[in-house]
Amino acid sequence: MASKTAANEHHGFPWKHLIGFVLSIVLTLFALWIALETDLSMTWILIIIFGFAFLQAALQLLMFMHVTENSTKSNLTSRVQIGNILFAAFVAIVIVIGSVWVMTAGHAKHDKHQHAPNTENHEDHGDHGGGSEHDSGDHGDHGSH
Amino acid sequence: MAHAETHDPNTPLEYRSETGRLNILGFWIFLGAEIALFATLFATYMVLEHRIADGPSPGELFEVKSLLIQTFLLLTSSFTCGLAVHEMRRQNVKGLITWMAITLGLGLGFLYFEIEEFLHFIHEGANIGTSAAWSGFFVLVGTHGAHVTFGIFWVTMVLIQVAKRGLTPATSAKVFITSLYWHFLDVVWIFIFTAVYLMGMVMHNG
Repeated sequence: MASKTAANEHHGFPWKHLIGFVLSIVLTLFALWIALETDLSMTWILIIIFGFAFLQAALQLLMFMHVTENSTKSNLTSRVQIGNILFAAFVAIVIVIGSVWVMTAGHAKHDKHQHAPNTENHEDHGDHGGGSEHDSGDHGDHGSH
Repeated sequence: MAHAETHDPNTPLEYRSETGRLNILGFWIFLGAEIALFATLFATYMVLEHRIADGPSPGELFEVKSLLIQTFLLLTSSFTCGLAVHEMRRQNVKGLITWMAITLGLGLGFLYFEIEEFLHFIHEGANIGTSAAWSGFFVLVGTHGAHVTFGIFWVTMVLIQVAKRGLTPATSAKVFITSLYWHFLDVVWIFIFTAVYLMGMVMHNG
């Protein structure tokens, strides 16, 4: 690893690319099959297809984008590159899971509260149609906000 | 700092100038920011995907065939883009330009099917203003499509430069950076494929 400079891999047949490509196709089709053709529970489907997505992203980074490649003899550049991408991935996961959690878990409670008979003076719900408040729990008529 | 001749003679051209090295490193940092940008758009869509107002749900309109065509076009273009850089590192300008031209063709094909799909959705009554879910969808997937469009122009310009000036430390660093950009677009698509299309269809089916 320490001596893996950019120099080493540009001769001969591009096996790394071919392997990356074949694995990407396999992961894509397998994810599609898991999602549409199996009877697994929703939770398992989500875990598996997102696991495949991250695996495939890692394949692109390693096989196609040469993220571990160093421009100099020290491996400083690859450490910066990998560290930066991992940190960005962490930020992305926090943004997505955090937003979904805040806006769905928290919001469901809020909705329940709203359905109680004596909450009509909640200031931020003035534009809800009066008669439709009870329909479909959480996802009814919010789309127009 | 006189770096110029301290390299292994095998060092790829794009890493031979200080500017080339710093630009490549800087582009990796930029990709980190792009990840954060797309994360906010994914978060928006995933929060709003059930808010369909009176319109159709996304999962209802997604079609496997169109999804697979787009996915394979972009996936293959990422592969051919990798081959282009591989050829560049063997000093094969013709190979570089050929594989990059194929990459651009596949990119254009992707855009064609994406636009066709968007028109189909609009025809089925789901445009950007139909519901919060569809607003989130068109902004997320549209931002990706806009990146692909920009990438096609950018790669074309860089290829013209390579054709005119040949492979130098400057032009090869530019090619390498555009290749990182192109692969990155495929990475984003993997997550659109999973989080938008697959999840949408799974939730619609049951």
